[in-house]
Amino acid sequence: MREELRELYKYRELLYMITYRDIKVRYKQSIMGFMWAILMPILIVVSGIVVRYAYALAAHRELQMADIASVAVKSLPWAFLVSSIRFGCNSLILSNRDLVTKIYFPKEIFPLAAALSSLFDFAVASGALVVFLAVAQIRVSLSLLWVPVLLLTLIALASGIGMVVAAGSLFFRDVKYIVEVLLTFGIFFTPVFYDVRMFGDKGKWLLLNPVAPLLEGLSACITRQQPPDLSWFGYSLGFSVVALLGGYVFFKHLEPAFAESI
Amino acid sequence: MSDVALRMEHVYKKFRKGESFNSLRDLIPALTGKMFRQQELSQKDKREFWALRDISFEVKRGEALGIIGHNGAGKSTILKILSRIMKPTKGNMAVNGRLSALIEVSAGFHQDLTGRENIFLNGTILGMTKREIECKLDQIIAFSGIEEFIDTPVKRYSSGMHARLGFSVAAHIDPDVLIVDEVLSVGDYVFQQKCLDRMREVISNGAAVLFVSHNLKSVAEFCHRSLLLERGQMVTIGPTQEVISSYLKRSQSAHLRSTESNSVVISKVTVRNAVGECLRFQSGERAWIDIELTAHQRCSKLSVSLYVTDEQYQSIFDTSTERLGHGNFTLEAGEVFTCTFELQLNLANGIFHPSILVYRYDTQTEYDRWAPAATIHMNSDEDVRGVANCFPQVIRQEIRTTSDGNLAAIAREPSVTEITVQTDVATDPRWD
Repeated sequence: MREELRELYKYRELLYMITYRDIKVRYKQSIMGFMWAILMPILIVVSGIVVRYAYALAAHRELQMADIASVAVKSLPWAFLVSSIRFGCNSLILSNRDLVTKIYFPKEIFPLAAALSSLFDFAVASGALVVFLAVAQIRVSLSLLWVPVLLLTLIALASGIGMVVAAGSLFFRDVKYIVEVLLTFGIFFTPVFYDVRMFGDKGKWLLLNPVAPLLEGLSACITRQQPPDLSWFGYSLGFSVVALLGGYVFFKHLEPAFAESI
Repeated sequence: MSDVALRMEHVYKKFRKGESFNSLRDLIPALTGKMFRQQELSQKDKREFWALRDISFEVKRGEALGIIGHNGAGKSTILKILSRIMKPTKGNMAVNGRLSALIEVSAGFHQDLTGRENIFLNGTILGMTKREIECKLDQIIAFSGIEEFIDTPVKRYSSGMHARLGFSVAAHIDPDVLIVDEVLSVGDYVFQQKCLDRMREVISNGAAVLFVSHNLKSVAEFCHRSLLLERGQMVTIGPTQEVISSYLKRSQSAHLRSTESNSVVISKVTVRNAVGECLRFQSGERAWIDIELTAHQRCSKLSVSLYVTDEQYQSIFDTSTERLGHGNFTLEAGEVFTCTFELQLNLANGIFHPSILVYRYDTQTEYDRWAPAATIHMNSDEDVRGVANCFPQVIRQEIRTTSDGNLAAIAREPSVTEITVQTDVATDPRWD
């Protein structure tokens, strides 16, 4: 595996170029340009607000700014995760089919570039989010130092899953549809529109979803100025590291058969 | 030891024919089914076939090895294994140094990016660093010859421009091993020559080249040694001329033959020189083509046509017994007709295909056609390009200054060169 990582390092400029290409092409084609990066998260945030408003009505209380901020903070990472898995899934079979069969280089570059270009969208959207949070007068605190740690964990998780689904969809053409369905309904099993706290004791079942502690953690340290729940974060971190390494090993194991199976 | 750039040792590659399970929906029932009843193993064996069998060769630095063979002989599989896109089923291979493959040179292009952006993208895909590309950018653009359109998205390019840009990028990698597959079939004549020159440069820089092409002419021009493949197995490896001859001899039997009806069929075609059956000729040499027809029904007003095509199957010469003043003939059922054409092969270096056609001359009804009936290999002493050899000689060449001492005129036009090239047919002893 060391050998393979060294080779990936050797091709780091290619990773950069493919990411650049993916970003450039995405923004070039769309009329809206950079709005594209924000549109998807805005849709999620708006639907989150609608859902939150319904909760508030049911609970006979006012919809608070903190609720909206929490939805917004959790929507963006979720949008990042969805888009990097979706693009990763198609990265071998759709966008780069020719390159897979014709030229040699480490192919994990494709799902990784999908994650990185989604990260770029995330960064653009985050700019808008920061403005919103400032307007909403969310306080700055030391707990914000947790944000990069949580995000890195999320990126590791997204990359790991991306590699698995990319390789899987190359061998089995229905993997793509399964992934699509999971991504569509995943939002209901992940605390994006709601908080785990709302479930009381039963909330721990929801936290078994490794994305959940990360989103809850982000919400906690940005909107409530609290550190994330360490044991649950540890669980997510462990899961993400296993996903990243396992995904990489899985991908590399299947890679030699890519060209003849696609 | 270190002068070996590339080596394959007893390489085997197995492929599976037919459909494999490519969706989970098919796979899961198949797996559960397998648990309950044992599938016959023999069925699985039938679906496998060996695309390569026991391939061993090595290429030294500064050497070019040609690989020739029919479609499906396994040429591309060898290249794919060498470029590490596929893994051999058995056997070893080693590449010493940086390998670059000119296979589908524009595979890395993205349609929406401009030519310039694609140079960077494709360059990195082919293994160059960004700095390297920046250094060579001007050279690459100049080589492609599409400076004007370099900031236009590639989707607006013609397919020729596509290929030129792709090749330009690939040609500027300094590889230790270069793999070339049929890329020379793109672009016009000038561009092809440019590419060949660039390949020569790469070889003289000490790289090893592996050249796969159906264009036997360029293989002969480039490669000291060649390898002949047939159905995944090595037939011969050795000096290119010998390998090409053995390839031509073997492909003789595989020639296409189209028969509209079997009332008259071409039963035999032999190409020979003064001594005997032969497929390699010296330019200007005479060749005799013996043709035998067999009639199964009565056919009248027949004529035999002989035409010669070049390597790309473009007709370059066409005649017939009728046009040569021998009139037409009639065959009764069971009759055998023979005739012999004598040709003087004033052809340039390369591969040519004589083809035979039997037809009814008034209605132009085609009875039988062998196209090609044979493949011949021409050799000429003169370095002439094209299809014909006019046996040229330069009989006068001089340089002189127009006005004596007029500096202004000289500055504008330093010297006037007048080269007279005359093709003098009469002085050549081969013409009589």
